[in-house]
Amino acid sequence: MDFMASKQPENSLLGPEADSQRTLYPYVTGTSVVALKYKDGILMAADMGGSYGSTLRYKNVERMKAIGKHSLLGASGEISDFQEILRYLDDLILYDNMWDDGNSLGPKEVHNYLTRVMYNRRNKFNPLWNSLVLGGIKNGQKYLGTVSMIGVNFEDDHVATGFGNHLARPILRQEWHENLSFEDGVKLLEKCMRVLLYRDRSAINKLQIAKITEEGMTISQPYSLKTYWEFSAFENPTQGAVGSW
Amino acid sequence: MHVRKIIREIRKVGRYLGNYGKFYREGKTPIVLLTKEENLRNKSVRSGKDLGFWGRQEQRQIRTKMDLNMDLNAPHSMGTTIIGVTYNGGVVLGADSRTSTGMYVANRASDKITQLTDNVYVCRSGSAADSQLVSDYVRYFLHQHTIQLGQPATVKVAANLIRLISYNNKNMLETGLIVGGWDKYEGGKIYGIPLGGTLIEQPFAIGGSGSSYLYGFFDQAWKEGMTKDEAEQLVVKAVSLAIARDGASGGVVRTVVINSEGVTRNFYPGDTLQLWHEELEPQNSLLDILNSPSPEPMNI
Repeated sequence: MDFMASKQPENSLLGPEADSQRTLYPYVTGTSVVALKYKDGILMAADMGGSYGSTLRYKNVERMKAIGKHSLLGASGEISDFQEILRYLDDLILYDNMWDDGNSLGPKEVHNYLTRVMYNRRNKFNPLWNSLVLGGIKNGQKYLGTVSMIGVNFEDDHVATGFGNHLARPILRQEWHENLSFEDGVKLLEKCMRVLLYRDRSAINKLQIAKITEEGMTISQPYSLKTYWEFSAFENPTQGAVGSW
Repeated sequence: MHVRKIIREIRKVGRYLGNYGKFYREGKTPIVLLTKEENLRNKSVRSGKDLGFWGRQEQRQIRTKMDLNMDLNAPHSMGTTIIGVTYNGGVVLGADSRTSTGMYVANRASDKITQLTDNVYVCRSGSAADSQLVSDYVRYFLHQHTIQLGQPATVKVAANLIRLISYNNKNMLETGLIVGGWDKYEGGKIYGIPLGGTLIEQPFAIGGSGSSYLYGFFDQAWKEGMTKDEAEQLVVKAVSLAIARDGASGGVVRTVVINSEGVTRNFYPGDTLQLWHEELEPQNSLLDILNSPSPEPMNI
């Protein structure tokens, strides 16, 4: 059907495209999410930007939300699909609560549910255009996992989506260790977010850090990071080679 | 040549073919059925660029385009500027009034601020048809909802209904909307629903092609807690600035103010707006300028 697509308006009602809903491209997107396990639970960071192509259109988008009592979900990618995932999870948690049996879905279960949802949509060629980070702690067991829009899922001590994969994970690999304190965890996340701010075009300088422990989930107020520009090499970079950059 | 005869036959039969019959009947020929000479001819018109599968149709369009300066197949679209702003007590919605079909202005006085309920209005941008249909459906649903609820619908419900339709038909729709209104629970609220169906509550929202020119303006001019008049003046100024630079926006500035007291519609034709850079005072005729008294002498 591809030869048709290039000549017809995108909203063509001819052919199978009309029936099934197929997300062909994202519109409003969020950039990286970074998360790590620390002594008391999980720390997760994401900026508050919603980009519309190359325009930094929305600057107050919360891309991390609590799921039930034990989990925290962060998402990058298409925001409307993230909002839809939150609705699905709302139904899931509600259904779980209606059992009223004292048991509640933990992060591992929620991660598995999300994996199934993402993978099944991918199989229908109609993905939810997101990369998700799911972290939480239940009965002392910390859990941190990730699912992508094609259903690739795994769990690890530290994860990142989008640009974070390339810029944050190497830092985390070097500097993460077991039983980080809250302060060290936050400093490490901020180090990652600062690099992302320098090097990711769709990053904005307004972020939140969320923490989930046995007691519950808290999310910081939005704040901005200081950036450093005073390298001498930055002041006159083309001195030795006029006309270069 | 034998091959050419076959191709001619295929094209004739093609007129009756199912899904693609439509294209054959309109004179479009898939590139695989063009002879090598025809294909090369097509290519030369476009200076070597590939015309895609339905090459012939493109070529015809190019010729018409050059004659009439019109894109005959362009969808009716609202290159637009739409704005929604909250203030201390309600909201102000604003929009330009131009609807274009390609380069032609189909309607120079359209009303892009559409009523959904007594207290909720929506600014429409993008495809005129899509936005009209979405708002018609939502008006219908809200009407029923209001009857069931027994009281006016909230702005949040209206916005969520718009989101539902926009999200679930994201592949077919091309419309960005700004929902604004007043209800007794939350006061004045603005919700932006861009392409894709994201729902986002904002203190102010801008949309349409003209909005590109207003991001910087609002970053500087927007303040929390404005009065009704400040808010309306801001909206009028902004739409007017966008009209000055966006070819797809033009005409008059329409605003709708919604608060606890009700709804007020306002209309600002071009001559009531201030002039921007390199814009001149409109005159009736050159003759008036020539006949007018000479300008003030310089004060040395």
